[in-house]
Amino acid sequence: MTRPRTPDHQTESQARKPAGATAMRLIVPLQGVVQGRGGLILGSLIPCALFYFFQLYLKRHRSPKSDSNNISPSQSSSNLAGLQRSSSRSNLSSRGSIGRVQVSSRASSIAKPNDSPYYIGLDKASEDPYDRFYNPNGIIQLGLSENRLCFDLIEKWLSENLNDSVIGSNGGELSITGIAGYQPFDGLMELKVAMAGFMSQIMGRAVSFDPSLMVLTSGATPALEILCFCLADPGNAFLVPTPYYPGFDRDMRWRTGVELIPVHCRSADNFIISLTALDQAFNQARKRGVKVRGILISNPSNPVGNLLPRETLNNILDFAQEKNIHIISDEIFAGSTYGNEEFVSMAEILDSEGIDKSRIHLVYGLSKDLSLPGFRVGVIYSFNESVFVAAKRLTRFSAISAPTQWLLVSMLSDTRFTRAYIETSKKRIREIHDLFVAGLNQLGIRSAMSSAGFYCWADMSGLILSYSEKGELELWDKLLNVAKINVTPGSACHCIEPGWFRCCFTTLSQEDIPIVMERIRKVAETCK
Amino acid sequence: MTRTRFSRTGSSEEEAKPTTSSGGGGGTAMRVIVPLQGVVQGRGGLFLGSVIPCALFYFLQLYLRRNRSEPSTPPPPQPTEGEESSPSSSSTGQLAEVSVLQRSLSRSHLSPRSAGGPIFVSGRAVSVAKRGDSPYDVGMRKVSENPYDELENPDGVFQLGLAENKLSLDLVRDWLADNARDAILGGGRSGAELGIGGIASYQPFDGLMELKVAVAGFMSQVMEKSVSFSPSQIILTAGAAAAIEMLSFCLADSGNAFLVPTPYYPCFDRDLKWRSGVEIIPVPCRSADNFSLSIMALDRAFNQAKKRGIKVRGIIISNPSNPVGNLLDRETLYGLLDFAREKNIHIVSNEIFSGSTHGDEEFVSMAEIIDLEDLDRNRVHIVYGLSKDLSLPGFRVGIIYSFNENVLAAAKKLTRFSSISVLSQRLLVSMFSDTKFIQNFIEINRARLRGMYIKFVSGLKQLGIKCIKSNGGFYCWADMRGLICSYSEKGELELWEKLLNIAKVNVTPGSCCHCIEPGWFRFCFTTLTEKDIPVIMERIRKISETCKSSC
Repeated sequence: MTRPRTPDHQTESQARKPAGATAMRLIVPLQGVVQGRGGLILGSLIPCALFYFFQLYLKRHRSPKSDSNNISPSQSSSNLAGLQRSSSRSNLSSRGSIGRVQVSSRASSIAKPNDSPYYIGLDKASEDPYDRFYNPNGIIQLGLSENRLCFDLIEKWLSENLNDSVIGSNGGELSITGIAGYQPFDGLMELKVAMAGFMSQIMGRAVSFDPSLMVLTSGATPALEILCFCLADPGNAFLVPTPYYPGFDRDMRWRTGVELIPVHCRSADNFIISLTALDQAFNQARKRGVKVRGILISNPSNPVGNLLPRETLNNILDFAQEKNIHIISDEIFAGSTYGNEEFVSMAEILDSEGIDKSRIHLVYGLSKDLSLPGFRVGVIYSFNESVFVAAKRLTRFSAISAPTQWLLVSMLSDTRFTRAYIETSKKRIREIHDLFVAGLNQLGIRSAMSSAGFYCWADMSGLILSYSEKGELELWDKLLNVAKINVTPGSACHCIEPGWFRCCFTTLSQEDIPIVMERIRKVAETCK
Repeated sequence: MTRTRFSRTGSSEEEAKPTTSSGGGGGTAMRVIVPLQGVVQGRGGLFLGSVIPCALFYFLQLYLRRNRSEPSTPPPPQPTEGEESSPSSSSTGQLAEVSVLQRSLSRSHLSPRSAGGPIFVSGRAVSVAKRGDSPYDVGMRKVSENPYDELENPDGVFQLGLAENKLSLDLVRDWLADNARDAILGGGRSGAELGIGGIASYQPFDGLMELKVAVAGFMSQVMEKSVSFSPSQIILTAGAAAAIEMLSFCLADSGNAFLVPTPYYPCFDRDLKWRSGVEIIPVPCRSADNFSLSIMALDRAFNQAKKRGIKVRGIIISNPSNPVGNLLDRETLYGLLDFAREKNIHIVSNEIFSGSTHGDEEFVSMAEIIDLEDLDRNRVHIVYGLSKDLSLPGFRVGIIYSFNENVLAAAKKLTRFSSISVLSQRLLVSMFSDTKFIQNFIEINRARLRGMYIKFVSGLKQLGIKCIKSNGGFYCWADMRGLICSYSEKGELELWEKLLNIAKVNVTPGSCCHCIEPGWFRFCFTTLTEKDIPVIMERIRKISETCKSSC
């Protein structure tokens, strides 16, 4: 682009002084070409060619950059940031190399070592897990959202009913082809019916679910990914209120190429989403030329644990209607409530009003409420016909194993068991929650109001040295490496205020709590 | 954008004119004729003289791109009638419709973009939702609506289209009845040490190490060679379809392509293209060569793709082949490796039928070739699963076996989207640990498979239908060219329709497998019992008689 500039300048002077033109032509061949025969063609051809190469140049240099954008702009802390940035470099080098066979650029960006403190902590904790007897100096896992409080109930049920449920009772109807043979990828109808029953039991009141709107997947993770594939094209975006579940970054972005736009909620509002913030984020995205396809909410929220009030849900619905976008409501913790507030499902709101249902999609699963993450059962519940059909087809890539499905059919149909289970589970979560929060309070650490989920969202901003993401990650590092407690820092959840930490308490037994508190106390003292 | 640019041109022309009048004589005429020229020479000419052509060129590119993206999506050629038929769908059987629907998909991409009122669904979802009216799907649906049953529904449709092995399910059933309880509750081994936490809680998404070890053992047992598989290179997924999709994500970016010898497994189109956006370039194999792969054809396809500007990232082979059932010999495998090395591309070898061989030829796994050759392991990826060889498709267990560290690392993380229920994994671990059962199963299953194959092929032979000699898999690839009225895809689909609707036998036409020669059909015989064979042959005979008389 720069090159033609000189010759063109001379064009002017030349037009005025035809005499010197020949000399000039020798000096500036381009000029000669322009004015000579074929000038028109070459005069446009050459800039075009230059422009083409310019575009090529830009394209080459742009693609690696956009890759590194994908990798989440959030986390920093010096060593983490280093890891993140190297991704784009590895892309380049693989492109340049000839001898070694290439892997796709999306794979190489996924294959990089974990960069989020969330995953680093999980890995560390799994390498050196705490055990009261065998490894008392190990790391206590408060980062993985698992509920171990009610395993005894499941075990008891299994030992009583296992034979009948997998192989069929007394030579009953269930033949071997039902287990071993091909089954519909989107789940057995029997399980959908049982699941619908279980869900209405959980959501309480008069919400009813229609099994024919249900698609079952191998975990809630693929359920989210499939919805994301179905609702947005690459480059489109979802609005997500922060702080949000760190896994969303993987589920929604990795393979789908969809962006997540954080909508910041603040501690002053107890981290409840405000419509103005939504609107602002939407407009900003539009200005950037990004198409927003939907809102992704978790209700009960992960990590905060609060519930969205009916009014907020109505507002979100109106907002979605106005902007003509989708709503994905992740209600995977719906049955793990323990507070006094009532949980309101998006499905309930829909039942009561005559709204355009085709924009509402619920995600559910058995990993939390039935504490069976190992079974890998997720649910998409969608009112949108094309989403339903597409999702159904896409389950060929994440179907649930048939023996597991049959087992669950009988477990979920045993309503006496499920009712007792839900009650006990709520009670036990509440107990451990109260203990844990009281323990933190004694250390002077307060936590956000919560009434559901497995977490306590603790405000440790008093313990961080610099009020910034860096300070937060330093504290996280201390907790992990000195106190040997793996918690999730707020920045991993894209929380805009530093100093918040997510502590999962459902993996603990009551005896563990004093140990956890003692460990935190030691760190807290060094911080103060 | 365009408007401002035009106005700018206008103003500069005005500027240019005064200068020209002060300049030479003949120039004016030229300048009027070629305004661009004037602009170039006038003041600001430098700037506009480059901006205008650039802009024009840019719009040209834009125009080209728009017009190009349309035709590139639908792989089957032939322009179609119903231009705006995209939203219509379903309605079975009709040949014309089948072909229209397939092709309409690219257009459906466009339509939601312009739609204003109703809520938008992504273009990829629309295209996924639209599909499903290929003869393959239509056949499946017909069977599920009206399946044959010897006693209860003797007029139902026979399922010869689904690759399922029901020959040895009795063995699996007996084992499960005896052992399932212990297997799940952990009683099978060293007390109840695992307990419920081992089943219910989060486990690594890429599979339990115990199962990987067991599967590695099973694979070498099944391949009957001294090939050993390292458990650390195994990734377990929820079915082989997920394994293939994951590999295509990992090996190619969207817009890249894989070479796939035809005829190929119809669902490759879904596994490779749907979400990963990868293209398939068919490499035609011919009946004259017994449908065996020639490196020359590969090379030709590769070069053609390169000319079209498409990056080829790998070759996907099925060995034993689906649908034909032949095996790739050692020489061909070496040839493939050399080819891949020369072009620096990957090889994905789908060996899901490797334990279901029933002929006399020996099966050679890609892993064996690689074992001997130290170089080049990085480019070889093997797909396996338990759906065929252990006849457990309901369990959804697929396997990626790769030598490439990056692929392993990425695939391991991607298994979060398709992991196997831990309960089923525990069940399988103890099933595999029962070596006597496994040994027994492999032997009996193979013997039954061979018996069924021989009976089915000889049944077809009596009707004058010949099959390609097959050594593995659940299919026989039958030559029904003699029965089709017009030697074309249309003729083939007409016969397929007759078989489905009149004879009530669901088979897979060759065109679904992208076979370039019309008249070939895939028959899956492992869903049958021996008693069914005469019934099927009788049904086919009737059709073949009407065909011979009417054509």
